Parts: sequence; C-alpha cells; structure tokens
Amino acid sequence: MTVNDLQPNMIHAENLTHYYGPYPAIQDVNFGVRKGEILGFLGPNGAGKTTTMRIITGFVPPTHGTVTLDGYDVVEQSLEARRRVGYLPETVPLYTDMSVNSYLKYMGTLRGMSPDAIKTRLGQVIDVCRLGDYRKTQIGKLSKGFRQRVGIAQAILHEPQVLVLDEPTIGIDPIQVVETRKLIQELGRDQTVVLSSHILPEVSMICDRVLIIDEGRIVAEDTPKNLAEGLQGVERLEVEIGGPAAEVLPMLKGIDGVSDVTHVNNNGRHTYMVQAQPGKDLRDDISQVVVNNGWSLRGLQLVGMSLEEIFLRLTTHEEL
Amino acid sequence: MRTAQAVAWKEIQLYFSSPTAYIVGLIFLALTGFFFTQDLGDPFPEATLTPFFDGAIIVFILLAPALTMRLLAEESKLGTIELLLTSPVRDWEIIAGKYVASLVFFLVLVALSFFYAILLFVYASPDPGPIYAGYLGLVLYGAAALAVGLLTSTMTNNQIVSAVVAMGILLALFFADRAFGSVSGLAGEIIGEMGLRGHFQDFSRGVIDTSNIVYFLSVIAVFLFLSIRMLESRRWR
Ligand SMILES: Nc1ncnc2c1ncn2[C@@H]1O[C@H](COP(=O)(O)OP(=O)(O)OP(=O)(O)O)[C@@H](O)[C@H]1O
Ligand SMILES: [Mg+2]
Repeated sequence: MTVNDLQPNMIHAENLTHYYGPYPAIQDVNFGVRKGEILGFLGPNGAGKTTTMRIITGFVPPTHGTVTLDGYDVVEQSLEARRRVGYLPETVPLYTDMSVNSYLKYMGTLRGMSPDAIKTRLGQVIDVCRLGDYRKTQIGKLSKGFRQRVGIAQAILHEPQVLVLDEPTIGIDPIQVVETRKLIQELGRDQTVVLSSHILPEVSMICDRVLIIDEGRIVAEDTPKNLAEGLQGVERLEVEIGGPAAEVLPMLKGIDGVSDVTHVNNNGRHTYMVQAQPGKDLRDDISQVVVNNGWSLRGLQLVGMSLEEIFLRLTTHEEL
Repeated sequence: MRTAQAVAWKEIQLYFSSPTAYIVGLIFLALTGFFFTQDLGDPFPEATLTPFFDGAIIVFILLAPALTMRLLAEESKLGTIELLLTSPVRDWEIIAGKYVASLVFFLVLVALSFFYAILLFVYASPDPGPIYAGYLGLVLYGAAALAVGLLTSTMTNNQIVSAVVAMGILLALFFADRAFGSVSGLAGEIIGEMGLRGHFQDFSRGVIDTSNIVYFLSVIAVFLFLSIRMLESRRWR
C-alpha cells in the first residue's frame, strides 16, 4: 500500500445507474479517483462514458447512486462540487458569436474567478493552448481543432481540482495532440483528471488507470500495464518452426485446444501465431508435435495482448 | 451576484449586436409611430399618447417573445447550457441575468419612444398625468411580458416554440377580462382580475392604482419563479 492509497478519493462514485427513459445507459458503476491521478474511460460508442462524465460534473443527476467530489455530493451539495470542476463536454459547446478572449473571460467569471485572476490566467492559458493569434477571433469562425482548444482552455482556466475531459484530443492536429497530452499529464500531477478516449495508445500513454466500460458496465479496471499483463496468460504463443509451412500449419491446427493459427513467412523464417482456447497451456503439445515430425523448434514465446486487443476482447464478447 | 451581472452583460452585448433585436426595435417604433399619428388626421386631434399606449401593448405581445425566445432556448440548442449548469452559478443568477438583459433592451426601446411624447409637448400642451402614468404602466406591462417569454424560453430548445407559446400565454392573459362575461361566479371574477389589459387601462387614463402595480409585479414574480424552477428541473431530466 502506498501513501496514495491512504488518501481519500477525490472523486468517489458509488453504484451509479442512469436511465434514459426505460433504457439504462449505465448500470452499477463504481470507481474512485485519487488526487493527482489520471483516469481514462475507454469504451465503444454508446458505452456510457459521456453519461458518466455528465453525472460527475452534475449536469445530469444519476437515477441511482452517488458521486462525491472532494467529499461534496454532486447532487446534494452541487454548488460546492461544481466549484471544483473544469469540464470539456464532448460537443465542445461554445458561444459562436463571442471572441475567444471575451468567451474565456466570461467563463472565468462564471467559474467565480476574480477579474485579476482572470487577467493573469488568460495569458497563460492562451499560450498553453496556442490560441495567441486568435484572441480576437469570433469563435464561430474558428476551425474545429481551434474550437477544441478553446474548449480545453475554458476547462483549465480556473485551475480546477477535478478536470473532466470528454474526448479531449479529438479533431486536433498531431502536433497539438502531443502538446495536449503533455498538458494533461502535467495537470494530472496535482489535479485529478478523468478523460474519455477511443485512442488506445493515448490512454495507455497518459492514464494512470484505465476503466473499460461496455454497455453501461465496467468490464475491467487497472493500470494499462496490468491490464495487458493480466490478460496475457498462456493463451497465445508465437512459435518459430523450421519445417515446410504447408505441413506445419495443418499439424498445428490439428492440436487439441488450438483455436486458431496464423502463419507469417519472414524471409524464410516461418513464425506461427497460435491462439489457444482459454486456460489451455499448449507449449508442451506444440514442442511434441515439432519433435515427432523431425522439424526444429527455433523459438516459442508467450505473447501479450495490446490494449486494442484487450479492448476488443472485453467489449465484443467473442474470442479473438 | 457577479455572475448574474456577467450573464446580463453578455446578453446585453448580444442584443445590441444581433439583427433580431434591431428588427424588433424597428417594428416597435414603426408600429407605435403609426398608432401615435393615427389621430392626427382628425380635424381636432387630441394631444394624447393613449393611442400609442394602446397600440404598444398589443405590439408587445408579439415582440416581447421575439426578444426573449433566444435567451435559454439557444443555450439548450447549442449545448452551452451544459457548461452553464456545471459552473458554480445559481439558477436564479442565470435567470436574473437573462431577464435583466431583456429588460434593459426593452427600456431602451421605451426611451426611444419618448420622441413621440416630446413631439407632443413641443407642438401641443398635453395633460402630463396620463403620459407619466402610461409610461409607468407600459414598463410594468413590458416587464411582465418579458417574464412570460423567459419562462417559455427555459422550457424548450426551439426558439420558435418558445415564442409561439409565449404569445399564446400573453394573448390569453390579455383577453382574460373578456372571460369575465362568459364564466359566471367567483371563477369568472378571478379570471377577469388576471387580465393584462384591464390592469393597464387605468394607467393610460392617468390613474396610478397600487393594486395594478401589485398585479404586474406579481405576474413578473410568478413567471420568474417558474423560470427558475424550470431551469432547476432541467437537472432532473
Ligand atoms: N439524452 C439522451 N437521451 C436518451 N438516450 C441517451 C441520451 N444520451 C445518451 N443516451 C444513450 O445512452 C447510451 C450511452 O451514451 P453515452 O453518450 O454515454 O455513450 P458514450 O460512451 O459517450 O459514447 P461515444 O463514444 O459515442 O461518445 C447510448 O446508448 C445512448 O444512446
Ligand atoms: Mg461520448
């Protein structure tokens, strides 16, 4: 147990369920996020990521369950909870007829910042989000990526304790994506960040912990590293075999417990990706087959899954 | 309080930069100007603003909803309400800010119409009583109409729906005193007492009756209260 584990959660969600009409968008979602932690929500379209974030920010109340921010209930002590939040909604809603400057000033005031504080922060935020050339531009005339930046700027302007970002890097160019990820990581040092994304490398790169949601339920929760290792198992093997591929392939497929084999010919190096049925360790069976046929076993190793594969496996309900 | 001011200031700036508001202003001044000059063709025209006031309150049934329809319906449509409602701003501050903004624009329109009164004072010697009282009544009446329009704007994300429903409510209130004849007994009397027009007429005759002032202030209070509740209830949908 680390020191961090002893700290109370900055965000604490318990038994969250939300119905839109008769249809449950999320069901029985539980999680906690500590101060200085970056949590990533991962899930296919319609999984319930946005719904969960809207509940955290107090925009929609949960049908059942509670969320507290810094100990304040988002429904019962909504105002106190809201004082602690910076939020980038999925649709990046902006007042299109305001200029970037006046929009950010307005949002700062709504967030309760003093005029002096706004003045100091405005310049910093505009620099960080690289909006310098567009201070006076009407938001309606900005491109999608720049609107996204304005959205991020308003979310971080008041240095909130809790930052909720719904797909923060969508629509921005690669250079700015890198900048934004760096920014989020920096913010995540003392602030608490919750973000959603479809981009798996992004999540594994910047998040301390990943929460995979599918059909409104949490199906996995761990660090990106543990998720990949935990699911590694003995179910997938990369085998390099010296022998005629036309013979090797059917023999491997014939082994009891093998669900799939793919063959790669790499300049005469024949490697086979063997997928075993869940829970089966086929290493001995494979070497047996190789020896019996007089081929040579040049390599055999367990292969971990990428986050993509874990994600697909967890959310598509079928074996890969 | 600072946030309510910020909301109001933002909306006021928007009014003065939006074509809708200018069109509304133009229509208001053109139509009321027409009512004002209607009498002047008479061989013995009366030096009075009564036709102006009587016209203005009808025109404003159509124009008040056009001024208020954008206020919250657009926030719902654009999705900006998501940021507004997740900011640490109280619901009454949002409603107050939006309402004050519409009121300011309306007061500017009313101030522009002083032109007619000035003409009257320059070229004739009207009885000032009904003019002062009439303006007081007009401001109260307009403030009430704007409160009605604000409520319907919080109820929908469609500006047209907001405007049409507000016009419906205003027309019903306007002609409520007619129901006095058709509905018998206490109910009829109560409905009759709710009429916007009935309460305005005293003012344009130069009579400032406290009960009329109380009536308009109550209408304003009720509709602003309902607007706040409606906004609160958005959190529950
Ligand atoms: N306002 C709404 N009214 C009715 N149903 C809704 C509403 N918002 C979301 N839903 C439904 O709730 C479910 C979860 O939606 P949500 O927007 O939370 O998904 P998401 O994980 O954010 O998806 P995406 O990756 O596409 O953004 C979906 O099935 C969606 O159709
Ligand atoms: Mg979403």
